[in-house]
Amino acid sequence: MIAMHTEKRTLLTVFTEASIEQVLIRDMDRMGVRGYTISDVRGKGSRGVRDASWDESRNIRIEVICGRTQAEELLTHLQARYYSNYAMVAYFSEVEVLRPGKF
Amino acid sequence: MDPVILFFLFGLMAGLLRSELKLPSALYDSLSIFLLLAIGLKGGQGLATQPLLPLLPQIGAVIVLGIIQTLMAYAALKHLFGFDRPNAAATAAHYGSVSVATFAVAAAWLASRAIEVEPQMAILLAVMEIPAILVGIVLARGVSRDTDWKSLGHEAFLGKGVTLLLGGMAIGWAAGPEGLAPIGGLYFDLFKAVLALFLLEMGLIVSRQVGELKRRGLSLIAFGLIMPLLSAGMGLGTGWMLGFSIGGMTMLATLAASASYIAVPAAMRIAVPEANPAISLAGSLGVTFPFNILFGIPIYHWVATQITGAMT
Repeated sequence: MIAMHTEKRTLLTVFTEASIEQVLIRDMDRMGVRGYTISDVRGKGSRGVRDASWDESRNIRIEVICGRTQAEELLTHLQARYYSNYAMVAYFSEVEVLRPGKF
Repeated sequence: MDPVILFFLFGLMAGLLRSELKLPSALYDSLSIFLLLAIGLKGGQGLATQPLLPLLPQIGAVIVLGIIQTLMAYAALKHLFGFDRPNAAATAAHYGSVSVATFAVAAAWLASRAIEVEPQMAILLAVMEIPAILVGIVLARGVSRDTDWKSLGHEAFLGKGVTLLLGGMAIGWAAGPEGLAPIGGLYFDLFKAVLALFLLEMGLIVSRQVGELKRRGLSLIAFGLIMPLLSAGMGLGTGWMLGFSIGGMTMLATLAASASYIAVPAAMRIAVPEANPAISLAGSLGVTFPFNILFGIPIYHWVATQITGAMT
């Protein structure tokens, strides 16, 4: 069996409105984020049911794996810019990744 | 009663009764793409047989119409209905812009009565989407340096609706009526059937606005009924000045009376984040859209007939 080498990185997960997807992608590109995954999701929170039945009720989940410093920088920006006016929930988690050079 | 309206009422009832009925969101997207392309193709095909230059003053007139409507709605919402500045501006932008679904219902209503409509209405539809968005942003934020005009302009001019309408029109214009004949079976003959399915979904969407309407009370309902009537009056006046037929005047009145629920909410959500999108949508979708398709279109047609009758 091949020995598996992993390293710790931070996974930043953000749930927010699909209407600002393009804006967030521009922010992430500008801040040098090297990769992200975006998925369509549904759910309920303090801003009511978001059931994705049409444009205005769509939610997305953004996942970014990167170093802790960059993750904190990104979340600080999101908090300052979007938390007060948009449906947004975000959290960090520690993950172990293969090929750490990618992140 | 027209079957497309019955489909709408069916969706509305199913939604209000909390039925399990749910159309896949990909279907809603597909149907709206179909409707936009079909409207564009039909308009473009009509334009292929007439000169384009006389359209310029008409385009100018509807831009002015859109701007005045937005300013009027803003003044009313802020001073008579007690809205704060961001919400007044965002809601005003919805009412200054147009609804493609309402346009489609009016087109089907007029077609089933064999009433002719000028083909350039599709261009005016595309043009009228835009000015209200820009005016709404200026009303909400002033002309501030941190507004990202480049991406907002991109959003306003190259949004899904305007792109598909103009693309469809360009294809229809280039291909002409004969070129379009082989695909007309889908885009023209089936238009009403697709519109019916789309309106079923619209009924479901409208039913979800009821909660917000209850929270906002009578004032939003009053605005959602009065504003389209005033706008329709201005649309009829503009149509009459431009020398449109009864069908054209009815269509322009319907366009003026209709309120956006796709392009404007998307742009306002980004440009005016402080505004609550639930309020504008409860007005434009929950009140104005059903009012226009159930009562507005026949009223505007009747008034257009009276005006034309009185003038001749």
